[in-house]
Amino acid sequence: MKLLRLKPGHGEVVLAEGDVGVPAQEAELIEAFRRELDAGMWAAVPRERGDGRREAEMVRSFAEVPRDAERVIFFPRAAGGAL
Amino acid sequence: MLLPLGATAIVATVLLWELCRTRVLGLLGRARSELVRRRALARGTEGAAQLGYDPGRERRAERRARELLRSCVNEEEWAMYRDLGFLRVWGGDEPHAYLVYPHRPIVAYLPRTGALLGEHCVAFPDHSRPYGSARLPAADDVLAKWMALTADERRVVGEANMHLPGRQLDPGRVKADLARLARWERERLGRAGTRGLGSVRAA
Repeated sequence: MKLLRLKPGHGEVVLAEGDVGVPAQEAELIEAFRRELDAGMWAAVPRERGDGRREAEMVRSFAEVPRDAERVIFFPRAAGGAL
Repeated sequence: MLLPLGATAIVATVLLWELCRTRVLGLLGRARSELVRRRALARGTEGAAQLGYDPGRERRAERRARELLRSCVNEEEWAMYRDLGFLRVWGGDEPHAYLVYPHRPIVAYLPRTGALLGEHCVAFPDHSRPYGSARLPAADDVLAKWMALTADERRVVGEANMHLPGRQLDPGRVKADLARLARWERERLGRAGTRGLGSVRAA
């Protein structure tokens, strides 16, 4: 599993990468996940449905991330634009 | 002898000053303005250097962002963004859809009639400003909107400032984009002979 973050001036950066089946690596993923949520980021898991359509799922904790997810994408939370 | 000469010299100096005063003060004022301008320019240059704006880096960031977007949406949506510059995301329960532009409001509309419903002004500012700007690359902005809409439509619409059509985007241009989209889909269907798959409806 990869944790990615969208970043201005750069595109995505890899925050952490590891196998959720390996406790030490999972702990690192959880730590990085919490850090991003604490920084105010939103987290989404892009996925493909059985019918071929694509969608994203917002997750609010690492426990909500599907175990087979390949990546979690963090991005700044939405804010109202120009008034 | 010295006294009259001294008095004459003083009078001449005062008269000379009176004659030149306006010009001298003007020159001093312009010199001061030029100094202020140069200092401001220097500060601006330093500021730009500190921000580290790099066109090459921005292009690489956009290229990276496009690859990530391509890997997240399906082939039809990627082709739509590549060819038209925006994405269409279907709405949830209601028969509406959204046009997702980079760094522009999300436009809600009725696909059946083409009627524009409103503009949802939303941004994803990164306040850490890693390279001086809070704006994501264009394709990342589109990806953020796509993820937010397909995952939690109500939440992102709730965070947005909603306005009637025409607030920021020219309704004529949006209608033209809808016409381009319809034409693009017809041509695509004509080529493929089958209907492509879009994203799921917004949650």
